[in-house]
Amino acid sequence: MEPIVIAKNLTKSYIQGLRALDNVSLTVNQGKVLVVMGPSGSGKSTLIRTFNGLETFDRGELNVLGIKIDATHNERKIQKIRKRVGMVFQQFNLFPHLSILENITLAPVHVQKRHQLEAEEYGMYLLNQMGIDSHAKKYPGQLSGGEQQRVAIARALALKPELLLFDEPTSALDPERINEVLDAMRRLAKQGMTMIVVTHEIGFAKDVSDQVLFMDSGKVIETSTPDVFFSNAKHERSRKFLNQLEKH
Amino acid sequence: MKRSRKIFLQFGIFIIVFSLIGILINNLTINLIRTGLGFNFNWLLKPASFALAEHALPYSTSDSYAWALLIGWLNSLKVIVSSLLLATLLGTVIGFARTGSNSLLGLISAGYITIIRQTPLLLQLMFWYFIGFLGLKENVLISIKNIFKISNQGIELTGLTFSSEFSALLFGLGVFTSAYIAEVIRGGILSVPRGQWEAFRSLGLSEQTGLIKIIIPQALPAIIPGLTSQYLNLAKNSTLAIAVGYSDIYAINDTIINQTGRAIECFIILLTSFLFLNLLISNSMEIINKIIINSKKYN
Repeated sequence: MEPIVIAKNLTKSYIQGLRALDNVSLTVNQGKVLVVMGPSGSGKSTLIRTFNGLETFDRGELNVLGIKIDATHNERKIQKIRKRVGMVFQQFNLFPHLSILENITLAPVHVQKRHQLEAEEYGMYLLNQMGIDSHAKKYPGQLSGGEQQRVAIARALALKPELLLFDEPTSALDPERINEVLDAMRRLAKQGMTMIVVTHEIGFAKDVSDQVLFMDSGKVIETSTPDVFFSNAKHERSRKFLNQLEKH
Repeated sequence: MKRSRKIFLQFGIFIIVFSLIGILINNLTINLIRTGLGFNFNWLLKPASFALAEHALPYSTSDSYAWALLIGWLNSLKVIVSSLLLATLLGTVIGFARTGSNSLLGLISAGYITIIRQTPLLLQLMFWYFIGFLGLKENVLISIKNIFKISNQGIELTGLTFSSEFSALLFGLGVFTSAYIAEVIRGGILSVPRGQWEAFRSLGLSEQTGLIKIIIPQALPAIIPGLTSQYLNLAKNSTLAIAVGYSDIYAINDTIINQTGRAIECFIILLTSFLFLNLLISNSMEIINKIIINSKKYN
């Protein structure tokens, strides 16, 4: 199986000696879903954002889709990675001044130099897949949070990425809107998309993930299959975290 | 009780304002009677009999005061419009350099903004005039064949010549205002949420495309109002032209007041014309603002 992401000893320090990332190593193979869990401030968002160069690191090595980057952060290599990796954010980050369809066609037209019509056709197909094609002409502000997040997924898919990164995709949603987004993500996983998902959704992690990575204070505490992690976590710290999560 | 107090207060303010206006008018009338000039605009048609170094339209000393005032207006407009363009261009470049990722450029532009904003405009105008243009060594600073030349005679650009007075004013007003415009641009760019930058970057868009397609359209609504007030300031500041001897509307008015003693009429002309010019600027900017707001149909 082909590895899509290989991280080796990623370390990122802040000024007061605090470490956002502390010797993080991991491998994600093609077609697999990795769920990253951990308390807030544990470095999980920082970690996922290093994979497409939104976040820098001071030490270690990263290999994404065969493109190697190190602490020097070669801009051209990062740009290459970004063209092949999609990202979905907690706050959606749709472009409010562009229509839903324009949000989706922007990158294919300007990055991949595809024709506007072709990009629109594929954009409509993606919106249809997400069940929101009737909103194509609307603007992000006119949509609910769940619909906006599905647009964001369609936008990330428009470049036909080989890896999708999700940074707490349901944390900003109303509870009754969470499932429509998780369902869309489940379908993507079933289609064989390689995904790294930072989330607190235990149900999603149990059903969909191949591995769960648990982080605390910038360190990887444990990496287990969901079966093991949720029923018989190896570490005391993981069990404590899961207890607190279930109380909610 | 509350209501009656409010009415009483408003009545008081009314009385005070009216008394002040009354005193002013009374003072004015007394002065007009004393000088024996009366209040009229007939003098406008009399020959001005002073020379003007710069005139966009034909002008001789036998032309009327009205014609001299028009020439002054054209001179003012010429310097306002051209320094407005220069200030916008410079301000935009510096504003972007200030917010950009290049730390050296950021430091240079921060220094530029600080120096320009902490020194008086009048001083800067004098600097450009006496040190910048009149003080040029060998009389020529830059000369590119016959296309572009900066000397103590001013600026020459493919046959167009600008006097040292005009050039000093252009640079003084342009540079001074550009520092403020740069800050307005910076504020506008910073008003766009970080997530928008991350979103376009994560899609593989270049910084340039992201700025043009994503950041600038969202920054403009925050930039336009600040830009308008800088344009209005620039128009008003252009009256400092008199300091470097450029014959703008204010300088010509000053000469006419000296010759005719028609201070009241001259100031009425001056004030109303600036009022109209600034209304024109702010209304045009308001129209641009409306077009931008209407073009984004969200919210």
